[in-house]
Amino acid sequence: MLRYTVQRILLMIPTLVGVAILVFFLLRLMPGDPVATMLLGDAGGANIPKEVIEQERARLGLDQPLWVQFFKWFFGVLHGDFGYSMWTGKPVAYEVGIRLELSLQVAIMATILAVLLALPLGTLSAIFKDTWIDQTIRVFSIAGLAVPSFWLGMIVILLLLTYFSWIPPLTFTSLWENPWENLAQLIWPALTVGYRYSAVSTRMMRSSILEVLQEDYIRTARAKGVAERWVVARHAMRNALLPVVTVIGLEFAFLIGGLVVTEQVFNLNGIGRLFVQAVARSDYTMIQALVLLVSVFFVLINFVTDLLYAFLDPRIRYR
Amino acid sequence: MKLSVLLLGVAALAVAAGAPAAETPKRGGLLKFAVSAEPPNYDCHANSSFAFIHPVRPHYSTLLKFDAPKYPAIKGDLAESWTVAKDGLTYTFKLRKGVKFHDGSALTSADIKATYDRLRNPPTGVRSLRQASYADVASIETPDPLTVVFKLKKANASMLSNFASPWDCVYSAAKLKQDPKFPERNIMGTGPFVFAGHVAGSHWTGRRFDDYFEKGKPYLNGYVAIFISGAPMVNALAAGEVLAEFRGHSPADRDRLLKALGDRAVAQESPWVCSLVVTFNTKKKPFDDARVRRALSLAIDRWGGAQALSKVALVRHVGGILRPGYDLAASEKELVTYPGFSRDINASRAEAKKLLKEAGVPNLTFTLTNRTVAMPYTPVGVFLIDQWRQIGLNVKHEQLETRLYLAAQQRDKPTFEAALDFNCDFMDEPNLQLQKYLSHDRSAINYAQQTDRVLDDFYDKQSGELDRKKRYAIIRDFEKRALEQAYTIPTIWWHRIIVHHKALKGWHILPSHYAGQDLADVWLDQ
Repeated sequence: MLRYTVQRILLMIPTLVGVAILVFFLLRLMPGDPVATMLLGDAGGANIPKEVIEQERARLGLDQPLWVQFFKWFFGVLHGDFGYSMWTGKPVAYEVGIRLELSLQVAIMATILAVLLALPLGTLSAIFKDTWIDQTIRVFSIAGLAVPSFWLGMIVILLLLTYFSWIPPLTFTSLWENPWENLAQLIWPALTVGYRYSAVSTRMMRSSILEVLQEDYIRTARAKGVAERWVVARHAMRNALLPVVTVIGLEFAFLIGGLVVTEQVFNLNGIGRLFVQAVARSDYTMIQALVLLVSVFFVLINFVTDLLYAFLDPRIRYR
Repeated sequence: MKLSVLLLGVAALAVAAGAPAAETPKRGGLLKFAVSAEPPNYDCHANSSFAFIHPVRPHYSTLLKFDAPKYPAIKGDLAESWTVAKDGLTYTFKLRKGVKFHDGSALTSADIKATYDRLRNPPTGVRSLRQASYADVASIETPDPLTVVFKLKKANASMLSNFASPWDCVYSAAKLKQDPKFPERNIMGTGPFVFAGHVAGSHWTGRRFDDYFEKGKPYLNGYVAIFISGAPMVNALAAGEVLAEFRGHSPADRDRLLKALGDRAVAQESPWVCSLVVTFNTKKKPFDDARVRRALSLAIDRWGGAQALSKVALVRHVGGILRPGYDLAASEKELVTYPGFSRDINASRAEAKKLLKEAGVPNLTFTLTNRTVAMPYTPVGVFLIDQWRQIGLNVKHEQLETRLYLAAQQRDKPTFEAALDFNCDFMDEPNLQLQKYLSHDRSAINYAQQTDRVLDDFYDKQSGELDRKKRYAIIRDFEKRALEQAYTIPTIWWHRIIVHHKALKGWHILPSHYAGQDLADVWLDQ
């Protein structure tokens, strides 16, 4: 198990270095200039002398050869310094830090909701295959897949506005500072995102259980006279969880940076919105840091998933 | 009655209706308002967006400012009085006594000098986007702590108005001496509100400055500018989570908000010093041919378009190179004589077809580069393409996000053929608005790439002309040539619509979304 764990950790390093190289150079191939975007503003760049634009490019280091820019940035990253946002001039770590709590909280709340819904619903749906219970759960979960989270979010907002003349708070308050205010803001996006997330997991759980229930060892357990609820709970679910764990892990990592539209709908100051703003502003250092951050999340989640696999399926750790 | 006159009249009535009657302001309350973007840094001198002005301006004072209910009249902000020499070469300002910065230090003429020196001659590493506005200043003298004298190299008709620019925040000389880049990361002015915090991506807060120089003001305890845009912003207004957004709403949002809020809402409307112009890349064929450019201008039914588009977009007014309604702008009688502004669109289009045929491109195909900003770029882009199709042209509408849009128009190697460009200023002033039409080497905002020394010469003449009638005549010469050559052509001018909660008092709409935002006179009736 230790060897397996060390192997997985070592594999993360080339993955992240590859991401760093790719994102840096691909960004430079894209059209668009952070200085032009920043200085021209919405006033059509009135009265901006060319020298000012050149001076700003030099200040940001954009006048240096690409390889020099890359190594300066990469050296900083190795020392934990992600540089400064080209747009705000503030440290990237600060800009990301103030948004990460919100994004993590929404992701965690949505994941908890999804797991709490998906595991029992998926299992019930499989056990009662083709009954009204299965049909109802299938409708519920397919609707969750078909309805985009942002659209559901818009409907939720409009309903709150129309019937209660109220919308969730516009600014973030930490859970530790004011739990009520915090939940009043984040419960709605967590519900809308969690619904879709649960739908994916429910479908996966259902098909996985159905598949496992056809296995020989399940037949053996039944033949031995094990009660059906123990067959499902102790033998089927544990094996059926393997693909569901993968889906939950990938969805969680996606939620960290992928809630772009949902964050816009609920005016959430999260990582997804920062990502879009950084791209729109050609804020290279910010984009690089965010891509790396999301990659780290994906890699870590994959690592945890692999460990869970090994825990759930002993064949993997003994291989 | 002519449509534009009627519309301007309606707008003026709307402004008048929105203007509050004399009421006794109440003290207290926290004003929450929406800002649909966020400033990149804290330095007034280095910014050009409303996203900066709306949250930051209340922390600062300027030498002069616009008297909002009497725009374009100017009144003193830090200046108590001022005189301008007859030759227009010397401007003397007497400062108010007892003005304090937020750190308690006293404001003196040295602070004004340090600020304007930074604006006109920024030290290495400091950005000043208004350097050109003060290029005519030869020296700044401070004969005593409350007097500042600006001496000019040559007369400049816009100089007094420049001193009312909301971008020219007055900074502390002592702080600038310590670090010329101090304002980039710190807020310390003499304005009605002290900086209380900025949560990046979320909101900006200010609280009342108790030692503000206008006794009894500001009325508000403080304000919170919340960064929110699009439909969520309109929802927040409808729910009363924010009381206003000071840039502008589309007609559809105005109608929705008025319906949702009923008599709790007030709509203020005004013509806007913002225009959408079509820029032709004169380095690309066939746009190097004046006949082609003029034909494309002739094909646009601006009068009909203004009427139709004003129902769905925040554009409404037909005008030339200056905002219609401004006293130096062309009258409608003059306007209809310019190519592309005739009321007889059939005759104009017939001439357009003839010109295209003469130029050898009767069935021209090209791409109009536009921004992915819905309001008002998309509807105006669609309108223009339809207009050009009506003379048999095939035009592709290419909508790009801002950074790609700006990249297509980059100065050294532009790739666009025709682009829908924009021009917004803090005031009506030919020295600002005409820059779009100056030669490429003299203007950072002209993407048409042309060199036209005749236009440059007219510009310089009007800029130095202090007699308003003579200036008006020179501007007409400039306008006539600019519209005949059609390197860049005006389409339809914007119309500013602000819907705010009735509880918000003391705020007056101006033709600019940059001016009138220090919140000193704003109060809450609640």
